Amino acid sequence: MIFFNWIAENQQIIYIVILMIFVGIEVIGHVPGVLHTPLMSGANAIHGVVVIGAIIVTGRAATDNYLALILGFLAVVVGTLNVVGGFVVTDRMLEMFRRRKSNL
Amino acid sequence: MNLLILCYILSSVTFIVGLKMLSGPATARKGNLVAAAGMALAILGTLFLYRDEEGNGLGNLPWISGAMALGAVIGVVAARKVKMTAMPEMVSMFNGMGGLCAALISVVEFDHFRRHSIVVIEGATGTGTMIPVGPLIIILLGMIIGSVSFTGSMIAWGKLNGKIRDRTFRGQHLLSLLILLAIVAVAVCLLFCFAPSQMGVLFYLVFALALLYGVLFVLPVGGADMPVVISLLNSFTGVAAACGGFLYQNMAMLTGGILVGAAGTLLTILMCRAMNRSLVNVLIGSFGGNQAKIAGGTEQRTVKEVSIPDAAVVMGYAGRVLIVPGYGLAVAQAQHACHELEKLLENRGVEVQYAIHPVAGRMPGHMNVLLAEADVPYEKLLEMERANELFPQTDVVLVLGANDVVNPAAKTDPSSPIYGMPVLEVELAKMVIVNKRSMKPGYAGIENALFFSSKTSMLFGDAKKVLQDLVTALKSI
Repeated sequence: MIFFNWIAENQQIIYIVILMIFVGIEVIGHVPGVLHTPLMSGANAIHGVVVIGAIIVTGRAATDNYLALILGFLAVVVGTLNVVGGFVVTDRMLEMFRRRKSNL
Repeated sequence: MNLLILCYILSSVTFIVGLKMLSGPATARKGNLVAAAGMALAILGTLFLYRDEEGNGLGNLPWISGAMALGAVIGVVAARKVKMTAMPEMVSMFNGMGGLCAALISVVEFDHFRRHSIVVIEGATGTGTMIPVGPLIIILLGMIIGSVSFTGSMIAWGKLNGKIRDRTFRGQHLLSLLILLAIVAVAVCLLFCFAPSQMGVLFYLVFALALLYGVLFVLPVGGADMPVVISLLNSFTGVAAACGGFLYQNMAMLTGGILVGAAGTLLTILMCRAMNRSLVNVLIGSFGGNQAKIAGGTEQRTVKEVSIPDAAVVMGYAGRVLIVPGYGLAVAQAQHACHELEKLLENRGVEVQYAIHPVAGRMPGHMNVLLAEADVPYEKLLEMERANELFPQTDVVLVLGANDVVNPAAKTDPSSPIYGMPVLEVELAKMVIVNKRSMKPGYAGIENALFFSSKTSMLFGDAKKVLQDLVTALKSI
């Protein structure tokens, strides 16, 4: 019963999850081999969206709850590192590919 | 709040469009920027527009902005400074940071949950507690997946930059399996069996076990196979991020996370397929290799060595030389020395080209990027089919730290783990010079009959050192 209630309460999210799985597979289905690494790096940057959760958790912590503040601070640092570093490193990789093409 | 929902919808669309554009060569760079713009929108929107259930905005903004500034500075500096050859380990490090972020969110949320979400019911038969299981499952999932991704990525990072060696011991896979079962068992206990006072202990026990599992998960995988594992851990982090999205009912996190989780899983499978190996085979790591080595290593065979001056003379007077770069070239950072040798040979009238195997270096496109960095002209890089046509008319093939991609067993030996993988048919050339650091088998852990062929001469040593010596020797002819 609990299980069915849970499904009923979260049905929209469950639909989104299912559809997104198919979108994710469909979207990169025809990627050529040379782009595997930049694509992995780009996807790596996108899951950095987890930093939003870190921002929310830090922003909601009580101002005297130092454990939450310190862990939240750390989470925002590493999350931002994931996002910013991920996009910059992907851009650098793809820049290499463009330069290679301009040599033609 | 409504404006924030619009921000999240827009950024979800940019993630999908960005990922789509990233998978086409012409649009890839723009796609990365599109996704980055969507990310900026989602983050800034959260920062300024987020309201909790009571309509309050986010507090502790100095903490948050300080942390973001710090993370951004480290991220830009690290990403700008990293050498092209070290790209995969950088990606792994960033991926680990994302996993750690997800795990930390769960730790803080658990602490909050323990204090506020447990309802004590006082009835006629005594007091009992009501624990909302749904959110707790999500918190646990995010924590476990995030932790595995964090320590796993850190091990992958250490292996790729040579700080951590491949370690296998008897019963390692059994131990990993037991730890995985323990994680599930303790997590289930936490959900159903115990009183709130014991929840903390169990939670941190699961945390510790998950961190340990990440280490054991990646340790047995060979160094050259790391990109596949990083891709897999990448999709793990995506799922961990999606757990956060579930917890906060945050659609940007949910769509972004699931999208990466699904695309990352497919990408992992595609990468394995390019190497003609199964994911299980990759994850079990050295195991398959050991068996193959026993099967192939029964007969004693000898290899022929060649000296640097002799090798220089042979190449200096050849009509056509094809260079086959591999992982060893990348590890030794020898691309510039290689380009120098190529120019020197060209000046002597030797035709020099590169034969690029699609998974040379076990990272698709690795060799193209590496040689482009050393300014090797693009038209000198031959794809496998074209190179295979040219080998019969080639005087000397110089194999630089490549092994499995030139192993004839892939065509001739159905029992070989790499049987069926397309390889460069270097044995068709008149002479093959193989540079390796030692006779150790390549990544797949199998013997290579090429090294024992009468056409083959071995040139042992670090690729960079050998190439520099060849350049010196060639100048003095």
